[in-house]
Order: sequence, then C-alpha cells, then structure tokens
Amino acid sequence: MRLSSDALILWQHGFFKLNVTIVTTWVLMLVMVVGAKLATRNLEHRVDVSRWQSLLEVIVVTIRNQIAEVGLKHPEKYLGFLGTLFLFIALSNICTVFPGYEPPTGSLSTTAALALSVFIAVPLFGIAESGLGAYLRSYTRPTFIMLPFNIISELSRTLALAIRLFGNIMSGAMILAILLTITPFIFPIVMTLLGLLTGMVQAYIFSILATVYIAAATRAREEALD
Amino acid sequence: MDSVTLIAMASIVTAGLTIAIGGIGPALGEGRAVSTALSSLAQQPDASTTITRTLFVGLAMIESIAIYCFVVSMILIFANPFWDHVIAQAVAK
Repeated sequence: MRLSSDALILWQHGFFKLNVTIVTTWVLMLVMVVGAKLATRNLEHRVDVSRWQSLLEVIVVTIRNQIAEVGLKHPEKYLGFLGTLFLFIALSNICTVFPGYEPPTGSLSTTAALALSVFIAVPLFGIAESGLGAYLRSYTRPTFIMLPFNIISELSRTLALAIRLFGNIMSGAMILAILLTITPFIFPIVMTLLGLLTGMVQAYIFSILATVYIAAATRAREEALD
Repeated sequence: MDSVTLIAMASIVTAGLTIAIGGIGPALGEGRAVSTALSSLAQQPDASTTITRTLFVGLAMIESIAIYCFVVSMILIFANPFWDHVIAQAVAK
C-alpha cells in the first residue's frame, strides 16, 4: 500500500520524473487559471452581472473580509497569496468526488512546498511592512532570551503546516481505501463525505494560519513603536 | 529471535501504541475546547463568527498532535526504513 501518489511515475527521462502528483497539480493549476480567465473576460460594473462574476465576487470578498478580520490593515496586498493558497487547497481537496482522482495535497511534497512558500512569504511581508531592522528586532521580543525560541517556533510552525495538511488528506484517502476492502457499501460513502468536509476545513485552516503568521510578522512595526 | 522478527514486532507494537495513546490527549483537549466555545457562544451569541473561527483554528492546532501520532504510526507500518533495510539484507543472503 503506498502512502501517496508520488510513487506512480508517468514519464521519466534521465533523472527527471513526472509523477501523478505533479501532473494533477498542473491540471488543477490549468483549471484554475482558465476558469478565472474565462470568468473575468468582461468584468462589468452593473447590478445584475453574470453568474460566474457573482461567484468570483463572493469568493474574493469573503476571503478579503476574513483577512481583514484577522487584523491585517490592507487586505488587498495579501489577497493574492492567501486567496490562491485557499483556492488551490480547496479545489484539490474537493475534486476527490471524481473517481480515480488522488489529491496532490495527500503527498508530503506538495504540502511541504506550500508550507515552504508560507515560510518565505511571512518574512517577506513582514520586511515589506516594517523594514528589515524592525522585523529582525521583533525576534528579540519580549526579551533577548526568546531569540532561539522564536526561530525554532518559525521552523516548527512551517513543519506543522505541512504535516497537518498531509496527515489529514492522506488519512482520509487511506481510511477510504481500507474500508473499501472491508465494508464496500454505505460506510465508505460516509467516510468520503467526512473526507470532503475535512478537506475544506483544512484548506481554511491552512490559509487562516498563514494569515495569522503574516499578521504577527507585520505587527512588528507597531510593537516597536510602543 | 532474529532481527527481522524483532524489528517487525517492535514496529507493529509501537505503531499501535502510538496512535492509541496519542489520540487520548487531543480528544480530551478538543472536548474541553468545544465545551468552552459552546458556553461562550451561549453567553455572547453576537460574537459567534469570531468564536466559531477561533474554535476551528484551535481545534486544528489540537488535531495536529493526533495527526503527528498518526503519521508516525503510518511511517512505522508502511515506510519503515529499518524494515526495508532488514528485508534487503535477508533477500541478499
């Protein structure tokens, strides 16, 4: 029994391998980009806009309000990164309804890549907001002794993000696979429903945690001013 | 008892114990978190979006401990390096 779809290699040339995870990620990216392009072809400023534009507006405004609620002052700056995180993870988890589909977030490589992008984005946003000196000094708050603990907490937060998403999605798929060999009628469907719910919750959790980390990093300037 | 049997036994027992004991703490913690959230929702229903969102974020953090235990258990069963090593040695003999 394999843990993730990383082991299924579709094509390889030398040491360059294309496995199912990468191909699924690319297909998801294509679907999102083409869908967004088609829906925003003729953006209109009316009351009765097309359905797809309304849908996109609902999604974008909801994400923007969530970011503002966490405490970030100008949500538009972070909307691209955080919104894409949420939409990619949500789409990849909800496509589990298609039979034969394996979510790329069920592979530690994808979740590690997403967590690494958050790990790089948090200092970038913090430095863009407060400047390099103030951001680096925030690591020594509240006392200088906390410096190693703050650094360790940065690394462990990133690791926790990756493993949380990977564990939730992989366990859903694995429980489904095991149940199908034992009770192949109604119970696997219930577990699939639970897996879909968990997938959406985990997408939300991932992006909210990324928002909270960015909010903590961009608050460095206000703390320095106190 | 040769090393193949020993590694197999240790991996299986540890995998079971890890997920069994590791699930106790997060379950108790999540129960307390939800009960406190429910009582604060009853006290202040108009803060329900904030409370609900904080509850979900807190539950996810608590859940991650159980997920870590599950991942260790899965690694012991399915991606065990010691098992692979010892099997490779037995095959080579």
